[in-house]
Amino acid sequence: MFEIDLTLLIPAIETYIPLGRSGLLPALHAAQKIYGWISEPVAAEISRTLRVPLADIHGVIEFYSLFYNKPIGKRIIRVCTDQACALKDADGVLQHLCAHHGLEPNQTSSDLSLTIEASPCLGLCELAPVALVNDQAETNIDLKKDSYELGRPKSIVGGSIRLLTVNCGNGTASLTQYGNYPALAKALGMKPEEVVNEIKASGLVGRGGAAFPTGTKWEGAAKARADQKYVVSNADESEPGTFKDRILLLDDPHRTIEGMTIAWYAIGADKGYFYVRGEYPYILPVLEQALEEAREANLLGKNILGSGFSFNIEIRVGAGAYICGEETALFESIEGKRGFPRVKPPFPTTHGLFGKPTVINNVETLCNIPLIIAQGAAQYRGIGTEKSPGPKLFCVSGDVPKPGLYEVPFGVTLRELLEMAGGVANGKSLQSVLFGGAAGAFATAEHLDVQMTFEDLRAVGLPLGSGVVMVFDETRDMRDVLKRLGHFFAHESCGKCYPCQIGTQRQMEILDRLAMGKVLEGDLIRLQDVGWTMTDASLCGLGQTAASAVLSAMKLWPQLFEHSDVQTSQR
Amino acid sequence: MTITLTMDGQEITIEQGKTLLDVARENGKDIPTICFHDATTANALCRICVVEVEGMRVLQPACIVQAAKDMKVETRSEKVVRARKTILEMLASTMDLSEATDIQAMMKDYGVDEDRFPDAERREVPVKDDNPMYIRDYSKCLLCWRCVQVCADDAQYTYAINFEGRGYETQIGTFFDKSIPETTCVLCGQCVGVCPTGALKPRREFLLEQGLSTQEISVLNTGRKRRKS
Repeated sequence: MFEIDLTLLIPAIETYIPLGRSGLLPALHAAQKIYGWISEPVAAEISRTLRVPLADIHGVIEFYSLFYNKPIGKRIIRVCTDQACALKDADGVLQHLCAHHGLEPNQTSSDLSLTIEASPCLGLCELAPVALVNDQAETNIDLKKDSYELGRPKSIVGGSIRLLTVNCGNGTASLTQYGNYPALAKALGMKPEEVVNEIKASGLVGRGGAAFPTGTKWEGAAKARADQKYVVSNADESEPGTFKDRILLLDDPHRTIEGMTIAWYAIGADKGYFYVRGEYPYILPVLEQALEEAREANLLGKNILGSGFSFNIEIRVGAGAYICGEETALFESIEGKRGFPRVKPPFPTTHGLFGKPTVINNVETLCNIPLIIAQGAAQYRGIGTEKSPGPKLFCVSGDVPKPGLYEVPFGVTLRELLEMAGGVANGKSLQSVLFGGAAGAFATAEHLDVQMTFEDLRAVGLPLGSGVVMVFDETRDMRDVLKRLGHFFAHESCGKCYPCQIGTQRQMEILDRLAMGKVLEGDLIRLQDVGWTMTDASLCGLGQTAASAVLSAMKLWPQLFEHSDVQTSQR
Repeated sequence: MTITLTMDGQEITIEQGKTLLDVARENGKDIPTICFHDATTANALCRICVVEVEGMRVLQPACIVQAAKDMKVETRSEKVVRARKTILEMLASTMDLSEATDIQAMMKDYGVDEDRFPDAERREVPVKDDNPMYIRDYSKCLLCWRCVQVCADDAQYTYAINFEGRGYETQIGTFFDKSIPETTCVLCGQCVGVCPTGALKPRREFLLEQGLSTQEISVLNTGRKRRKS
């Protein structure tokens, strides 16, 4: 039925042979680029070439949303129907597109020219509603004006300070504009342990969501004895509402790369990986160009700046799996496997990528490193508060006139941040803020004056998460928001541990009923038991936070759940 | 070297290098397990063996967590019971546990309401009967991973089966859904041996349960009638 010319495949995947199993995702991406999808003979050929069992290849293709083992349209339009886009009528956009092309969502035209899919968050929330059309971002889609912007997504950057975002908002900063890694040069003049101590002294904690002390992580990996060590930049930004890493990498890629080189020197690593989420294809040429510039300037490669040490960075591309933002699932993915999180301990600092000591940091975390080394920990601590030092990026989206990326020192209040973004849009009043992401919690007007620091937020039960501030005005139906949360986690659970595998499904079913006003008797308690079981007993951070926002909503708005109880259907 | 820890208020001194599950079992305490099996690498994925360890933010899987000095462990606290009961209720709402006798006993022990989740989408698939040795009834599969593990690095190195889908939609499958004889399967039977729910079953046993006589099965298998003795 389909003509598959395997001779095209061999040259495309040959380069991955030395990588073995680890070359699987790159090979699948390469195959899909040629054929559009991965057919049985293509998968079998990859199996032979990389010496990976057939069943395992099938398992990997099946795991990642962006790999297809059935024919798919030449043009794929992925319409984001997640929270921020939903507020801007993403459902309408999807319906309109489908009606226009005579397709159902997630359907492919019979001539294989087009597929339209509903997608989880595409990380373009400040430009909502959005879609990904093959490798290009389509943003600010306006059905009324029949207009949209196609190509490099705009970067809207604001805030009260510009330290991490100093080069953001004006296109991509070249190496000349960024500077020849002055902080790396300074670090190379220090002993590795001095670099680690400087990071420890800075009080920097991870910005990806878990807030683990970066210096402690580096120290662990530095002290671990092994023949190989790795530095990984976690750019699998997939938390709904988060788009900071996208802007940092598109506009100022050298800052992250410099952060990685300093980590390399501090822990004595051999190799670095950039793991970029599959939904950010337009970042790849920018990153490749930046890495090339760095290599030409001897900031990467052999004998870096005459230090006698070598370091290289390889880009790896995800394929549609939120779970791969979890560090151990990300390792599995680089290793060519399904993105199942591993049990911890052991921790990545001793048993990370390929079982070797690994430092894995979020992009924003790495962007802080050059700043700390350049100005010294003491001066860095002058930014922010005593317990939460440094600058912080917030991804503001939803019902505000000026959604965008805002850089502020820790300690700014939510009210101040919202004022920077123009307050609540259209003169409406604030109903709530989804704080920290889908894995976060809801804040309300009573939290407006809380200082945004780790300690103050913890005291009121709000997780900083990845810096998401998604605003909902008074008219929004929070039950629709909860329903989308439910669908997101059910879609993204990896299925490894039972609490999350089944819990996210049952949570979604109950939230669907809630949104339709058809709650069954006992659903409230059921939802609570599922939520707490996921929180307490899940294997990884995804499951442990999959009910976080829902449980916070139950506390804040019990009437939301009670209201529907009135219409309880009898069983 | 020996260490002392507290389990359910009882001080226990043990040799170092044991899991909390080992310690509990050696001291007559019952911690239920589903995915755990002596012959397979423990993945701590069913989470039914979770216990409460003082100072830990979340519950800990007893099957892999190493017992440590001065640890304070509760094997049946309120939190533990809520998690176990809910996991069992969710399992009951998902798959056919009619042949999983161990899990049925657990459900009794934890006072599980099997109909706790009305209107839940169940995982139901037709029985796969595609080879002479065993049948695959994935409506009974609870994804303990043991079959995939023994087929791969834990025993046989055959790699005939792996996972399909993700999350709740996960299922055990073969390369592009090939029938077993078309895969690398060597019909070793290890997967059948470790299956806890009857999802994998010798075909003969399955056919007998379906009401076929031994003679009919023999005809099915060989295509001819048994010789008269």
